[in-house]
Amino acid sequence: MTTLVIAEHDNKELKPVTLNTLAAAQAIGGDVHLLVAGSGCGAVADTAAQIPAVSKVLTADSPAYEHQLAENVSKLVLSIAADYSHILASATTTGKNFLPRVAALLDVNQISDIISVEADDTFKRPIYAGNAIATVQSADAVKVITVRGTAFDAVENSGGSAEISTVGESCDAGISSFVGEELAESDRPELTAASVVVSGGRGMGNGENFDLLYKVADKLGAAVGASRAAVDAGFVPNDMQVGQTGKMVAPDLYIAVGISGAIQHLAGMKDSKIIVAINKDEEAPIFQVADYGLVADLFEAVPELEGKL
Amino acid sequence: MKVLVAVKRVIDYNVKVRVKADNSDVDLANVKMALNPFCEIAVEEAVRLKEAGTADEVVVVSIGSKSCEEQIRTALALGADRGIRIETEDAPDSLSVAKLLEKVVEKEAPGLVILGKQAIDSDNNQTGQMLAALLDRPQGTFASEVNVSGDSVQVTREVDGGLQTVELAMPAIVTTDLRLNEPRYAALPNIMKAKRKPLEVLSPDDLGVSVSSNLTLLRVEPPAERQAGIKVGSVDELLEKLRNEAKVI
Ligand SMILES: Cc1cc2nc3c(=O)[nH]c(=O)nc-3n(C[C@H](O)[C@H](O)[C@H](O)COP(=O)(O)OP(=O)(O)OC[C@H]3O[C@@H](n4cnc5c(N)ncnc54)[C@H](O)[C@@H]3O)c2cc1C
Repeated sequence: MTTLVIAEHDNKELKPVTLNTLAAAQAIGGDVHLLVAGSGCGAVADTAAQIPAVSKVLTADSPAYEHQLAENVSKLVLSIAADYSHILASATTTGKNFLPRVAALLDVNQISDIISVEADDTFKRPIYAGNAIATVQSADAVKVITVRGTAFDAVENSGGSAEISTVGESCDAGISSFVGEELAESDRPELTAASVVVSGGRGMGNGENFDLLYKVADKLGAAVGASRAAVDAGFVPNDMQVGQTGKMVAPDLYIAVGISGAIQHLAGMKDSKIIVAINKDEEAPIFQVADYGLVADLFEAVPELEGKL
Repeated sequence: MKVLVAVKRVIDYNVKVRVKADNSDVDLANVKMALNPFCEIAVEEAVRLKEAGTADEVVVVSIGSKSCEEQIRTALALGADRGIRIETEDAPDSLSVAKLLEKVVEKEAPGLVILGKQAIDSDNNQTGQMLAALLDRPQGTFASEVNVSGDSVQVTREVDGGLQTVELAMPAIVTTDLRLNEPRYAALPNIMKAKRKPLEVLSPDDLGVSVSSNLTLLRVEPPAERQAGIKVGSVDELLEKLRNEAKVI
């Protein structure tokens, strides 16, 4: 039994979420191989080879994989799939994009967004915005799975020395191309990996007022997130959305400011260790999941909090 | 150009689902059902393409029992031209849905297929990608902007790092994200008109697809409940708790 994990990276650095996905692979058991598909991604493969959980690193280096285009990456994975019992990727927008294609090409289902491994064919996954947890068993010949990173503790990233080998012809399907990207630049920690997250909702009123949260975040070394309402209103960009259909976070401390606590928002943050809610409406549903609730006007409470940190 | 939109009947997004006492599944008896919000965005996008003169026909397809004709009618009221329902019993798995849709695409030959990025019941986020793979066509998932020009389409995608734009050769598959558009409300005259629009019913046999699944749902349970917390009276008290009780700052 050997599991293939597809690494998440930007051609320069391995993304930490890969270490969480590797933990799920370890829980399944057997050997674990890590595929690094990209362009000029040799440094990523070198980093990956030091992960003790990985017995072999496979690299596919070609311009066709530079932007992880699903049409190309899925063909590459398919070309090496025969060697594996399980194929895993992180449930990020990259993994969610190409892995279902791999599943369909292998004529199997995908088990999406697992939060635990019960047996090598049985997994738990949240459904209905996390209001129910399903245990599913797969009789498919190969299990194709995306993994929710926050549900697994990262494996060690150093001390190993896996062999690195090159795989595959370059697979360019020739039907899609990369045009451009607008990536958020931030010195703050990445939202899904941060140990403290401060999120703002519609109650923030506008984008400038998010500065109040950035100041708190900088004192706490926190990432800043948002509700869908704050994103839809244009206060902040889409990559900050936490929730059922945005990012899943589970930090040690989550501070929800001016967020009512709709089920779709709770789905993305209710696994946080400690939840703080600051809301002026004492009936807001966010207080039902908050460990510490402060009924207050955020425009008074947040600056006071920042001042006292 | 024809646009095909796949839609799903799901629990209304305002309803908090409950798990059945025997843990066999969730309880959907007497629960309000609706068009999956992402599918509604897909229908809206297709109708806008038609209004802009880019598309000349919008066809909606849904898979399930007779009750999902309600959601097809909703889509027709929003401006789609005709509907197709593929008769199946239980909710088929994503791969079966993709295989059924593949046959519909072969039959209808649309230039674009638009689906929601995920259904808010199973939260899988995979059917559109699977359909694209089976058809060996490109995909623009999690779309926040779709621009058709000639025989290609540019799709701006909501990705974890921000936004990414790709260009796809048509026919192509697009899955919608929340910011793609804001769906309209169906006006009463359109709801009436929708009742008379054509709705064809097909069986998986008609399409030459056998619906089966290798996935078994063993158990469904409620998530771990969070302990009820406390209200603090001031910022000072909050900080004291975070420092000394929770020890998180
Ligand atoms: C298909 C679908 C997917 C969705 N996915 C997501 C998702 O991934 N993530 C997500 O977050 N939502 C999602 N939603 C939206 C969700 O249903 C809610 O609409 C949204 O979370 C509400 O955001 P909010 O709490 O910021 O706004 P509101 O519900 O409007 O709440 C604003 C809160 O701010 C408080 N407030 C206002 N002013 C102040 C002040 N001065 N001081 C203190 N408090 C104040 C108010 O009391 C209120 O509780 C989704 C919805 C659908 C239909």
